[in-house]
Amino acid sequence: MNDILQGLARAAKLVVTLNADLVEITLLSLQVSLGAAVIGSAIGLPLGAWLAINRFPARRTVIALLNALMGLPPVVVGLIVYVLFSRSGPLGVLGLLFTPTAMVIAQVIIITPIIASVAHQAIRELWADYHDLLISLEARRHQRIATLLWDGRRALMTASLAGFGRGIGEVGAIMIVGGNIDHATRVLTTAIALETGKGEFDMALALGFVLIGLAIAVNLALHILSRTERGSRW
Amino acid sequence: MVNAMVALDRVELRRGGRVIVGPISLRLGGEGITMAMGPNGAGKTTLLRALHGLERVSSGQIHWDEDARALRERQAFVFQTPILMRRSVLDSIAYPLRLRGVRRGAARERAAECAENVGLRVSLRKDVSTLSGGEKQKMALARALIMDPALLFLDEPSANLDGRSTREIEEILDHFRARGTRIVMSTHDIGQARRLADDVVFMHHGHLVEQAPSAAFFDAPQSQQAKAYLQGDIVI
Ligand SMILES: Nc1ncnc2c1ncn2[C@@H]1O[C@H](COP(=O)(O)OP(=O)(O)OP(=O)(O)O)[C@@H](O)[C@H]1O
Ligand SMILES: [Mg+2]
Repeated sequence: MNDILQGLARAAKLVVTLNADLVEITLLSLQVSLGAAVIGSAIGLPLGAWLAINRFPARRTVIALLNALMGLPPVVVGLIVYVLFSRSGPLGVLGLLFTPTAMVIAQVIIITPIIASVAHQAIRELWADYHDLLISLEARRHQRIATLLWDGRRALMTASLAGFGRGIGEVGAIMIVGGNIDHATRVLTTAIALETGKGEFDMALALGFVLIGLAIAVNLALHILSRTERGSRW
Repeated sequence: MVNAMVALDRVELRRGGRVIVGPISLRLGGEGITMAMGPNGAGKTTLLRALHGLERVSSGQIHWDEDARALRERQAFVFQTPILMRRSVLDSIAYPLRLRGVRRGAARERAAECAENVGLRVSLRKDVSTLSGGEKQKMALARALIMDPALLFLDEPSANLDGRSTREIEEILDHFRARGTRIVMSTHDIGQARRLADDVVFMHHGHLVEQAPSAAFFDAPQSQQAKAYLQGDIVI
């Protein structure tokens, strides 16, 4: 019991004193997952909105595919990206394996379906509400999309945040494609796995604190967003 | 002056394998206020929406008169249930102008005037979802009037309004009619229909039962159904 308390105290000290390794790892984590969230949003938000307002034959299939992709285990995504970018793989010449870029790519694949799906849901609801008005006012296609994106902006931010939250806590894929290389591809989750394995609980706990802090921050932001959203609706 | 505006030729709307309106044949002239009346579910909303082009007609045809092109091109529709945008009252009313490329400042100025005109006396900065039922209807009316429509559809525009607001709205509609706006509306308020209508389209079970000038309709309705409806009896 005392050991645990001491470990917690030492971990807290690492956080408070801004331990250099800890900061480096945190920054890389943020860089990778924010990058993935930005790229995932750039693809997922328009895709979700597009699916919500357009009727085309393959629409149902695309939505089913999106939902299936959402359930894809990160380890499998990691494996696929690994095979693609490995030296003998089709994209091996790019030499991206074990770089932060490969980690971003893997996370984009994991979170884009989530972002697109949340955006799709939100925009579909809004479109159902606005449909008659926009048709009656003869809003052009781009005007409709602009209106829906703008009025649905809170829900869309929620989608992006949800994607980021999924990315920052993800370990399976980035472990495989990043390799958890010190000072190169080590991020919060992979470092925790490593330090725990080594029995270095101080560092593992310190990293855990940061990760929990980030998770709480994301959830708080989600909560505030959904509350303002609801507050404005009822 | 437009004598004929639109003619419906055996228009029928089917939904889910069931005929919900029609077959209806009727003509509407190019002036005044036409009042669609009839019990709940008679097909008033469906008829108005079909005329506005919001509902797909299953069979039959809607012929718009050549001279009525101006009317047809400048339509507005006030829905039975106001459609609320997730915006402030001011920006909701300004929205149609924004779609037509009017700058934000100018559009908001016009929106404030329109709110004033329909008697919407609330803080225009607040979200439309916080308006009362009647205030929402006034917002929707202001949003329609800001386009200065030549042809205005109103689906029970004063269903949630108090007596004074109803009269204010009626004055506004009278004013627009006097300026040449063609109005097609529905109401369950028989007093309002008497005060406003130039002619009445009485519907029941999706059929057109009677179409007559207002005076004739209210003094001597021809059909049993209209007689019963006007007396407040059950319409069979
Ligand atoms: N999309 C639809 N699918 C199936 N039935 C429909 C649809 N739209 C309307 N109906 C039916 O058509 C009939 C006419 O509806 P409508 O809304 O036009 O009536 P209304 O005269 O406006 O009634 P109210 O006075 O209650 O507003 C109703 O019985 C309604 O249930
Ligand atoms: Mg109706």
